[in-house]
Amino acid sequence: MNLLRWQRPELAPWPGFNGLSTLRNEIDRLFEAPLTELARTSHLLSGSAPAVDIHEDKDNFVVKAELPGMKKEDIDVSLHDGGLSISGERKSEEKWEAAEVYRSERFFGRFQRTVALPAPVNASGIKAQYKDGILTVTLPKAEEAKPKQIDVQVN
Amino acid sequence: MQTTLEKQTTNNRPAREEYIAPNVNIFETQEGYVLQAEMPGVSKEGLEITLEGNEITITGRRNAETVAGETLFRERNTADYRRVFELDPAIDTSKVSAKIEQGVLTVSLPKSERVKPRKIPVD
Repeated sequence: MNLLRWQRPELAPWPGFNGLSTLRNEIDRLFEAPLTELARTSHLLSGSAPAVDIHEDKDNFVVKAELPGMKKEDIDVSLHDGGLSISGERKSEEKWEAAEVYRSERFFGRFQRTVALPAPVNASGIKAQYKDGILTVTLPKAEEAKPKQIDVQVN
Repeated sequence: MQTTLEKQTTNNRPAREEYIAPNVNIFETQEGYVLQAEMPGVSKEGLEITLEGNEITITGRRNAETVAGETLFRERNTADYRRVFELDPAIDTSKVSAKIEQGVLTVSLPKSERVKPRKIPVD
């Protein structure tokens, strides 16, 4: 006798039950999403480290971090052991401390974020720019990390 | 039926334009209200502030960014910002001003003169 594994057939959504299927999709997405997605929606975690993007072209790595409302002297960018560290302190302006606060969603305080780099970089050529609240760090790759074209000899 | 279900679960590109709400701080002083909204990536050209009735809508469109090469890791949200607030009737809408600096929009909403507390001299 063949024992077949019995699988529950997928129930087709009824026209009036659209709400339930989207709820199920939301829950699926919640479990599939990487932790950073959750961190962004959770107010507890989202404030302490800025969101970053890392791009790579043949000569450089480019790291972008969102840090609105800071002064460039309060941002600290350093390189150590193959990792780029972005840290600093977001300060609130004293003049508003006497006022009555209706909403306080902005994060203030110390933050730190370390980004691992997949290849060695030329430390002396690193440039950082802060514009419109976005910090852009350009890290030129070390010579040995750049892609090299190797000619194939045919004998 | 099966294809309808699949379409729902794999659709991660928004069909219509989606906005995210920027984080705000709102303060009130005797002079008026101050609204600070965090919109990194938005400069003066991308800002739109409209007052209608008793509502203020702030919309911030991000600067276009050229992506260098290949993306290794992406956490930043690329959506534009938008948020609507209801105004206190004490605000003098003709005196509302705004400025944006390093991605933080600061809107000043002063209260009308007659609402401010003042002393009445007694003859």
